[in-house]
Amino acid sequence: MYKLLLSWRYLRTRYIALASIISVTLGVATLIVVNSVMAGFTREMHKRLHGILSDIVFESHGLDGFPDPEWHMQQIRQVVGDDLEGITAVVHVPAMLNFQVREQWITRQINLIGIDDRTYASVSDFGQYLLHPENRRQLSFLLREDGYAPDKPGFPESGWKYRRLKTAYERAYEEQLQLEQERIREIAGDAAGAAPAEPNPPLAAPPGDPFGVAADPFTAGAEQGARTFDPMTEQFTGIILGIAIGSVRHRDPEGKVQDFFLCRPGDEVQVLFPSSGAPPKPVKETFTIVDFYESKMSEYDSSFAFVPISKLQDLRMMIDPQTGVTSVTSIQLKLRPGADLNAIRDNLQRRFPPNEYTYRIQTWRDMQGPLLAAVQLETTILNILLFLIIAVAGFGILATFFMIVVEKTRDVGILKALGAPSGGVMSIFLSYGLSLGLVGSGVGMVLGLLFVWNINDIAAVVEWITGREVFDPTVYYFREIPTIINPLTVAWVMAGSVLIAVLASVLPARHAARLHPVEALRYE
Amino acid sequence: MSNTVDQAAQAAQRRPHVRFSTDVPRQSANDQRQRTADLGTAGLLAARQVVKSYYKERLAIPVLRGVDFAVRDGEFVAIVGQSGSGKSTLLHLLATLDAPDSGEIHFGGRRIDNLPSTSRDLLRNRCLGMIFQFYHLLPELTCLENVLTPCMIAEGVWNYWRRRRTFRERAEHLLEMVGLSHRLKHKPRELSGGEMQRAAIARALVADPEILLADEPTGNLDQKTGQGIMDILTQLNSEGLTVVMVTHDVTVAARADRIVRLVEGRVEPEI
Repeated sequence: MYKLLLSWRYLRTRYIALASIISVTLGVATLIVVNSVMAGFTREMHKRLHGILSDIVFESHGLDGFPDPEWHMQQIRQVVGDDLEGITAVVHVPAMLNFQVREQWITRQINLIGIDDRTYASVSDFGQYLLHPENRRQLSFLLREDGYAPDKPGFPESGWKYRRLKTAYERAYEEQLQLEQERIREIAGDAAGAAPAEPNPPLAAPPGDPFGVAADPFTAGAEQGARTFDPMTEQFTGIILGIAIGSVRHRDPEGKVQDFFLCRPGDEVQVLFPSSGAPPKPVKETFTIVDFYESKMSEYDSSFAFVPISKLQDLRMMIDPQTGVTSVTSIQLKLRPGADLNAIRDNLQRRFPPNEYTYRIQTWRDMQGPLLAAVQLETTILNILLFLIIAVAGFGILATFFMIVVEKTRDVGILKALGAPSGGVMSIFLSYGLSLGLVGSGVGMVLGLLFVWNINDIAAVVEWITGREVFDPTVYYFREIPTIINPLTVAWVMAGSVLIAVLASVLPARHAARLHPVEALRYE
Repeated sequence: MSNTVDQAAQAAQRRPHVRFSTDVPRQSANDQRQRTADLGTAGLLAARQVVKSYYKERLAIPVLRGVDFAVRDGEFVAIVGQSGSGKSTLLHLLATLDAPDSGEIHFGGRRIDNLPSTSRDLLRNRCLGMIFQFYHLLPELTCLENVLTPCMIAEGVWNYWRRRRTFRERAEHLLEMVGLSHRLKHKPRELSGGEMQRAAIARALVADPEILLADEPTGNLDQKTGQGIMDILTQLNSEGLTVVMVTHDVTVAARADRIVRLVEGRVEPEI
């Protein structure tokens, strides 16, 4: 009883020890904040990666793919059984995308993906990342009238409405241009009567000017095969672009993050990609943007472009002209929640042994292994570093405790004279260390949790004070800092810090326990 | 647990709790002489041929050079001597706070200096009460808590909690006896020297010890306050408590039944 009473009284009266515990408090709070943010970040990343990637992917090594996906899918269904929730065939091909903005050609390196609009949404959360609400419900490669991105204020007007306006404007512009050219020709004709001048087409591009071309970049292409193509009522094959391909994220003069759209649904883009077969030949095709795809994973948003698989197979000559059998580059599988991904992958690998079939069969975790491992490593290193900080704090506690034991030498002598055993004296200081650890880590936990719960407000205050963005949405694509409080992690952090505080008090407590009672009583 | 401690505890139980009554007659001078003649190791507390030295850089400084001393049950003995004569050292050895280099300490007829430390701790807690020149109260605790400390040490948390009312009543009773019933919640720094020493006496008595060992109990007090403390000690002795007091003040020592004089680490023969 005296141990509890004395350690409680020491706790209440020795503020120097409380000061030494502040470092533990801060360490605990920081660990909780860092772990929560990292867990939130990891979950968000997992969610997005998993949302974009299906559970298991069959992939051919080459761009030619493998034939007869239906047979493969049937075999896969037999192997996977009831665990299979969705399956779709996909064609992946690296490509180059061009579009024109204010007479400048913008070129982007993209990953062109041919998808089946009926089944692709069943293997990933692809649909929910599209901007048009109708496309989120049922994907379509047809341009919508309007109503894109209702939850994205400032998104420019898109769809047929925009396309018609744009086409009307371009036509009016062309008419105006023709009128101007005729007027100039007339003036030139009048002047030629007096003095013959050199022919000088006024709107022709000056030599060496790559941007000085006609206003509509697709006119030439359209003229060849589709003279009757009317952009007011018709569209090319639809393409869904990653939002970062068609936009640039920047800050306005007030420092707010804004997206500037270089193109939008209703515009045309030109895509260049290799055909299948040997040797691959370049294939050029014009597509109409029908929606944007925003997963908020920078890597995907800046490279993915989706087109209908049948069109891509056709363009890449992946359909056997005699048998009509198609080829695909990968098959994606969605499994029942809770299914053992690795076991199913292994079963599939046994069914399609790598030495017979040149496929790569991977789970989404395998595919993103290095990234997930990097984040895990980062979390581990941060935890180690922060725990080292608490360990350093432990040495501070040790020093303070020694001071307190020296100060309390006479009290130790009194207790021993009254019959307190050495173990009892040691327990006083150990329970003092324990209570300090509990107080320090308890306060740290409260601080840490408060910090996590208000992290976005705190970030806003820090931004306001420093003028610098804490969590740059142009880098992370998060509008808010994601956090998850894992009670087990909090418990581990608390237990670790309390243990450090107790360990730091072991040496001083042992010193106190070993004091000779007579010497302790005479200590001044 | 050793038999020594058990016996002492049984003896304590047999003794009626009549402290501070005045119906116990003081012994006569003849009785004292007779008892002194009988002394050996048979007294309640005895030292036989005790030698103790302190060491400074391998140099032995002898303090006690073969002390024979005994105190009988109910006796009030004063140990006097000059500074450095070894009075306090002898008291510490009797209290098992220190161990002799050679010789033996006996309590209730059993040797106690070679007991394991846990037994010695228990002996100090249950059978020996101690008071000091500088009172040695724990500054973080109130007067009442200081008095209760030996009970807290003796009992585990659960037992103490179960019997807390009994302990508290006894502590309050003792504090009332020493005239500190109005100072229960006061911290030692809020008490005067005399009050602190009275609280220390109450603390020494709370476990109902066999013997009270007092190390210069008036050494830090003015004469009047010192007299008050001596009155309490005399009163306790008259009620049957054995008291061994170390002092350098002859007038204070005169209040004891018997005076033992230490000179250069030896007991001077009584006249």
